Amino acid sequence: MTLLLLLCAGCGSRGVRAHVEEPFPAKLSQWRLFTGEPATLTPNAGVVPYDLNTPLFSDYATKYRFVWMPAGTSATYNGDDAFDFPVGTIFSKTFAFRDADRGGKQRIIETRLLVHAKSGWVGVPYVWNAAQTEATLEVDADPVKVNWVHPSGTRYTIDYMIPNTNQCKGCHDKSKVMVPLGPKARNLNKDYSYADGRANQLAYWTKVGYLKGAPPPQDAPRLAAWDDPASSTLDARARAYLEMNCGHCHNPQGPANTTGLYLTAAQADPMRLGLCKVPVSAGQGSGDLLFDVVQGKPEESILVHRMESTTPKIMMPELGRTMVHREGVELIRQWIASMQGGCAPAKQAGSM
Amino acid sequence: MTRRHIALLATALSFAIWTSCAKKESGLAAGPEFQKEFQTALITAKPGAVIELPEGQLEVDRPLSLTVDNVTIRGKGIDKTVLKFKNQKEGAAGMLVTSNGFTIEDLAFEDTKGDALKINGAKDVTIRRVRTEWTGGPSDKNGSYGIYPVQCTNVLIEESVAIGAADAGIYVGQSSNIIVRKSRAEKNVAGIEIENSKFADVYENKSTGNTGGILVFNLPDLPVKGGGHTRVFNNEVYANNTPNFGAKGSMVAKVPTGTGVIVLATNHVEVFKNTIKDNNTSNVSVISYFTTGNPMNDATYDPFPEAIYVHDNTISGGGTDPAGAYAEQLAPKIGKPMPAIMFDGIVNPKKLTAAKRLPDDLRICIQNNGDASFMNYDAGGNFKHLSKDLGAYNCSLAPLEAVNLPAPPPTAGGPGGGN
Repeated sequence: MTLLLLLCAGCGSRGVRAHVEEPFPAKLSQWRLFTGEPATLTPNAGVVPYDLNTPLFSDYATKYRFVWMPAGTSATYNGDDAFDFPVGTIFSKTFAFRDADRGGKQRIIETRLLVHAKSGWVGVPYVWNAAQTEATLEVDADPVKVNWVHPSGTRYTIDYMIPNTNQCKGCHDKSKVMVPLGPKARNLNKDYSYADGRANQLAYWTKVGYLKGAPPPQDAPRLAAWDDPASSTLDARARAYLEMNCGHCHNPQGPANTTGLYLTAAQADPMRLGLCKVPVSAGQGSGDLLFDVVQGKPEESILVHRMESTTPKIMMPELGRTMVHREGVELIRQWIASMQGGCAPAKQAGSM
Repeated sequence: MTRRHIALLATALSFAIWTSCAKKESGLAAGPEFQKEFQTALITAKPGAVIELPEGQLEVDRPLSLTVDNVTIRGKGIDKTVLKFKNQKEGAAGMLVTSNGFTIEDLAFEDTKGDALKINGAKDVTIRRVRTEWTGGPSDKNGSYGIYPVQCTNVLIEESVAIGAADAGIYVGQSSNIIVRKSRAEKNVAGIEIENSKFADVYENKSTGNTGGILVFNLPDLPVKGGGHTRVFNNEVYANNTPNFGAKGSMVAKVPTGTGVIVLATNHVEVFKNTIKDNNTSNVSVISYFTTGNPMNDATYDPFPEAIYVHDNTISGGGTDPAGAYAEQLAPKIGKPMPAIMFDGIVNPKKLTAAKRLPDDLRICIQNNGDASFMNYDAGGNFKHLSKDLGAYNCSLAPLEAVNLPAPPPTAGGPGGGN
């Protein structure tokens, strides 16, 4: 028995367990992504933490991201889109808040896995217990009441919504195929402080064998960090923010492609970005405003109106937040306020 | 145990087994767990599944969604299985379906916060005996669309009901191969709307009490353009005089209260054998996109309605309370009632023949509508050359072909199934 274990030292008994088809494990621990105390999120061998230049807003949750690929496999670099990741790849994203009821101690709410199964990418959501010892697979989890405290001391109470597995597909959708959203070159192209030192993520993934074909980081695209004014222009930061909070649906192959409003960072057509664009199906979401973006006038722009709402059917994004991202709204307001020009007035109702 | 006890026990056991089996075969049960069980069933369904819903007033507070192909959802009746969304706290639709081969029948959606039933990018969609309703009547707080297939192919909507939508009750957008029939639309802004879609048959419907009865629109700036080939026939479109409650600035908010059938910029539309009456702005209206007053920045868009054939309709009444910027300007000039059939007179100057008219196959043709009055109100010339003369429109066009859908999947009898 001991001989077998020695022969199998790098595999099997203690390493991450890949699952590439249903049924998926009922417990997060069965994946063995983390070692030691579960709530410490200490990555197991081969589990690499990563971060994004600009993330999606999720009610101010702290998000811990990790990637793992089966031994001997790697992703193939792509300059525009998510890399071509091998079957067996596991992305995990763990959402946590500073618990107001426990003096700001971290409380983990959920871990979402995005797994490259044999049949394609699959979302597998796990909900953590109050004791923080285990997380259980729930295809349709109930909302969780979270009392959390901001570093400034302000307390918030939210009904935190955990997406069901259909709702994963609601955003992770390119032409009806489920895809990863975050791990693109432009979003990964940044430094991370690993246990063994600080390094650029594209370079590090290449070094540990997880990425093949990547150019030197200075030659790879880089998305702006939305919240770092020193790093980029206002326009670049706003475009990065819109791409990561809206562009997953609002692109020609995304679930909101019926609107004709396309908000990826590379979108060059001002009308597609919403400038003087009449809404298509916003309905009450338009707030009686006429255009998605009015140059110089954030208060007349439907984009801002919907970002500031928390009413279902008015708020944008439709899913993924219950709070208003005040800092994000402020960025987009500044961006619109800085635009020159204006919209030719459309005639009001009843002009037919 | 005595023999009698054993017999009683056996009877009790078999009764218990029988009722629990019967419960399984009849699908989900009403009760506090209904929503979670329904959504779980939608998530875990395998292609070909039939999800049976119980009779009852069934509360739902999160959006339902389906991504599995070839699933049928079947209730116990359009007024018997009612999904109630008054307390909806998340999501922009009551139910969102993105998979193919979808059938839904015999149930209702009430008071969703946003759209009621949205089907996005699906092939082979059958909606039968489904009601979407906002029970408080017309309000700008109601959701925009009731029955809402968009970017779909092969769509059948029949025997369904849409009430109270703040945009359109039955709305088919950016789709192709569509039949909307034997349905009822009331108290919506737009009763039935076909927008940027190709090959649609809209027939034997009743559209009344809306702001506008039946809309056939083709708009710019949408990913799918070039809508056309729509037949509107054998419908009853009457008394659509509910004041417009659409979101300000939206396209539908521009539809004048009292509009019967309106064709906007779409090509190849045949409006025939309808009963269109008592719509207090106009019973039939044909307009170009210019008349909406919206700017046009889309170089690939054709704003002119062409090959429009309005014939053999029974038209009467209405025109007595015209609304909308154009009608309000015209009424003092021409008096009331407004003419039954209104055309904005704007044609594509690049397509006119030497005789200064549209080629035969692109004309606006208006024939055999009894003594329904007509006006070309010269919107492009600021109403200078008003004309009531139908002479130039006394033509016919080749009838459009019927829409053919692949045979819809058979249902096991009517409501309740045939299990």
